[in-house]
Amino acid sequence: MPLWLFAFLASLALISALGVILQRNPIHSLLALIMTLLVIGVLFIGEGAATVGFLQIIVYAGAIMVLFLFVIWLLNLQSQNLDPGRVALKFFAGIGSAGLAAILFALLIHSATTVKPIPVTAEYGSIDTLAETLFSDYLIAFEVTSILLLAAVVGSIALARRIPGSGLKAASAAEGRPEGDSKLVSGATR
Amino acid sequence: MIPSDYLMILSAAIFAIGVAGVLTRRNIIVMFMSVELMLNAVNLSFITLARSFASMEGQVIVFFVMTVAAAEAAVGLGIIISVFRNRETVNADDLQLMRW
Repeated sequence: MPLWLFAFLASLALISALGVILQRNPIHSLLALIMTLLVIGVLFIGEGAATVGFLQIIVYAGAIMVLFLFVIWLLNLQSQNLDPGRVALKFFAGIGSAGLAAILFALLIHSATTVKPIPVTAEYGSIDTLAETLFSDYLIAFEVTSILLLAAVVGSIALARRIPGSGLKAASAAEGRPEGDSKLVSGATR
Repeated sequence: MIPSDYLMILSAAIFAIGVAGVLTRRNIIVMFMSVELMLNAVNLSFITLARSFASMEGQVIVFFVMTVAAAEAAVGLGIIISVFRNRETVNADDLQLMRW
């Protein structure tokens, strides 16, 4: 990857990452996040991790972000006003994260090495080598991951499903139209 | 080839942006997105260091991080839907109780 391409991708990633936290509308934040994830996936491919890069684009920027999109649509979120009463919080949070960035930069520059990276073969990062490592040294972790995903699916269904007749709120939310309209209005004013 | 220090600095910058998002935004969905941003910044540094050590292990770790992030997104968004259904808000300042 030539340096100008890296500079372009890095600035794109930084701008879209800033877009995630500066946009008022959650949908726009989500689109900026998808852009960031795509650029990071391209950087993965540039670093020789072709398989993981494509997985990042397909699974992360594709599937997980669609999940976010559906939830934002489902909740019918309007763009929220930046509450002015929280200026002090935003100020100190900005100072804190700028301090964190400064510490990280200082550490990285302090520990900057002039050692050349170890050369790799063309096989590096291919599906073959990834699967070889994944299914030999990390086999148990891989199997545990499948249990984790199963538990997550069951858990999210249990959390998000509507239990009929359990409590006032759940019952009134299940009734539909009038409640839905008031929800829309309250969402817009909030 | 790009020096690994440049990628590490980019990763640190994206991580700091994610931290700022979690601290400043009050919409829990946007806070959640900022957490995803931080996860991806760390993934980028894993891939970078894996390349400079010519090791596949960093890439395998990134694979696992992506899997756990998928599980986390599913459960977290389920919790957000459940909270919204009960409280009709996604503002983190309005959600101060662990029960309702």
